[in-house]
Amino acid sequence: MSEPIVSIRNVSKKFPGGVVAVDQVSFDIGQNEFFALLGPSGCGKTTLLRMISGLEPMSGGQILIGGEDMANTPPNKRPTNMVFQSYAVFPHMTVEQNVAYGLKVTGVAADETKRRVAEALDMVKLTELAARKPDQMSGGQRQRVALARALVKRPKVLLLDEPLSALDAKLREDMRLELTRLQETVGITFIIVTHDQDEALSMASRIAVMEKGAVQQIATPAELYEHPVNRFVADFIGKVNLIDARVTSQSATAVHCEAKGLGRIDLPANKPCGATVCIATRPEKLKITRQEPQEPGLVKVQGLVRDVAYYGDTSHVVVEAADGLNLAINMQNDSRGGGAGVARGQKVWVHWLPAESIILTE
Amino acid sequence: MAAVLWNRTPQGPLEYSRRLWLKLLLFATFFFLYSPIAVLIAFSFNTSKRNITWQGFTLNNYVVAWNNPDLLDAFTNSLIIAFCSTLVSTLIGGMVGLQLWRFRFPGKTAYEAFMALPIVIPEISMGVALMAFFIRIGWLTSDVGWPLNLGPIIVAHIAFSFPFVSIVVRSRMVGFNVQLEEASRDLGANQWQTFRYVLVPFMKPGLVAGALLAFTLSLDDFVITYFTSGPGSVTFPVKVYSLVRRGVTPDINAASTVLIAITVIATVLAMKLQAPTKAAKG
Repeated sequence: MSEPIVSIRNVSKKFPGGVVAVDQVSFDIGQNEFFALLGPSGCGKTTLLRMISGLEPMSGGQILIGGEDMANTPPNKRPTNMVFQSYAVFPHMTVEQNVAYGLKVTGVAADETKRRVAEALDMVKLTELAARKPDQMSGGQRQRVALARALVKRPKVLLLDEPLSALDAKLREDMRLELTRLQETVGITFIIVTHDQDEALSMASRIAVMEKGAVQQIATPAELYEHPVNRFVADFIGKVNLIDARVTSQSATAVHCEAKGLGRIDLPANKPCGATVCIATRPEKLKITRQEPQEPGLVKVQGLVRDVAYYGDTSHVVVEAADGLNLAINMQNDSRGGGAGVARGQKVWVHWLPAESIILTE
Repeated sequence: MAAVLWNRTPQGPLEYSRRLWLKLLLFATFFFLYSPIAVLIAFSFNTSKRNITWQGFTLNNYVVAWNNPDLLDAFTNSLIIAFCSTLVSTLIGGMVGLQLWRFRFPGKTAYEAFMALPIVIPEISMGVALMAFFIRIGWLTSDVGWPLNLGPIIVAHIAFSFPFVSIVVRSRMVGFNVQLEEASRDLGANQWQTFRYVLVPFMKPGLVAGALLAFTLSLDDFVITYFTSGPGSVTFPVKVYSLVRRGVTPDINAASTVLIAITVIATVLAMKLQAPTKAAKG
């Protein structure tokens, strides 16, 4: 990673009443990163973002931005700007006045203000609407105003608090692309808070998954998806089949375990496991066949098709095996011949390569 | 008539506007509420000296009222008092409203109750209390001359009208998106700039509405003013009261009509400004 632009060191936040929103969090965010703080609501991600902006005081720890300790720097003096969840566009000002506000209050000269405002409006394609008031605009347009208003300040870090949550599905898709494009154009660090894993996976270069005030894992989207470190991350990012298993013995390269519904299976493992583990397998890694697969080394189980949901491009199938084990399988409908090709009530075999499973120890 | 009162389609359970008894009640309410005022205004244009029979239309009563120096003095006093008390009570009320909206502090509930006390306290009690107070500190007994002798009334009016301003301002602020303030801070504004450029523009309709409310309250107050006025500081309502005891003459009708007009205009403005605007949230 390049020189960190934001360093978060043992940062904590305790609210009066004893609620610990953020608990001893430490990590670095690099220059030009599109960094996502991802987690369920109440995990402390917004509080952490607000502490970076200075709007929320810290209970402990240290935040450095561009190598400088921000302990005694109020929000109006920090090199960060925020796009609020409600956009917080000033209702009594025109678009132009909104964008110029941050320059006006810090005493930037009038001609420079004018030039920079025009530039920012052009960047978010709002030049035509410069004279409008916010109540004459759509949610998407208001969000662009909020973006322009923050970017015109040329911050080192742009903070975005659930920026897409108030938009409808189609607009959300467009804004995702636009935000990534914008981040590439302006070349500054974006930190985005979201509870939407699709949003984080599709936009961010790195993601910190948070839960109960602590960071569970920081990784690239692909790494998070394919190599989650624990049960929470595996379950929160995408869909996953989690199967509890008891470890019977372990060698240097594999573990032998007794899994619920699957019986005795061997999985590759390169780290020591405890007595119980959790086997996580993504639904699209699972395959369905009518006949028992004959290739050696497969994890396989017979079961009954409980449910088939057709989504056009994919079909989501649920198969119930022994011991009440339910397996979710995503099938690509890659030929026009009749969707998933399985029907409810059918007896099928589900199988997958052992290497596609992840062994989770916590 | 029957065709109007009895519609052919059956009444729904919630269609109160189609019930006869409700229509009659509505009519009675309007009748008792507005007919005296309508009569008062109508007779202000009457040529007769007595408010009983209509004889003909004239504007002469307005001229008579205008040429009555006592009435005009009282009217001037009322306007001066209303202006001064509105100014101060808007300022104090605005601050109290902002404080109650914004801050949490120990004893806030009690403080809030005390701030609202002038609204619920009987006017007569407040009038007596203020009179006793002003006599005790010597404001009512010493002769300070006009216009300083209006001081006690102005102070009294501020005391009972600023809570109304604070309530209006506070309810306006409830619709304020706190993120606007945070956005302002985040964009580099200091506390004062945030107050000046973000909070005050948002408060403005509340402040104006509160000010107009305070103005009309002051202009037509009788009870408290009666107790706090001296010989040289008679206001319009107090003057009218003393004139009426010698019989209601049409010039009083005329002067009252002017007062009604001023109050109605101020109230309409206040309501217009208080109406929720589309831009209330950011």
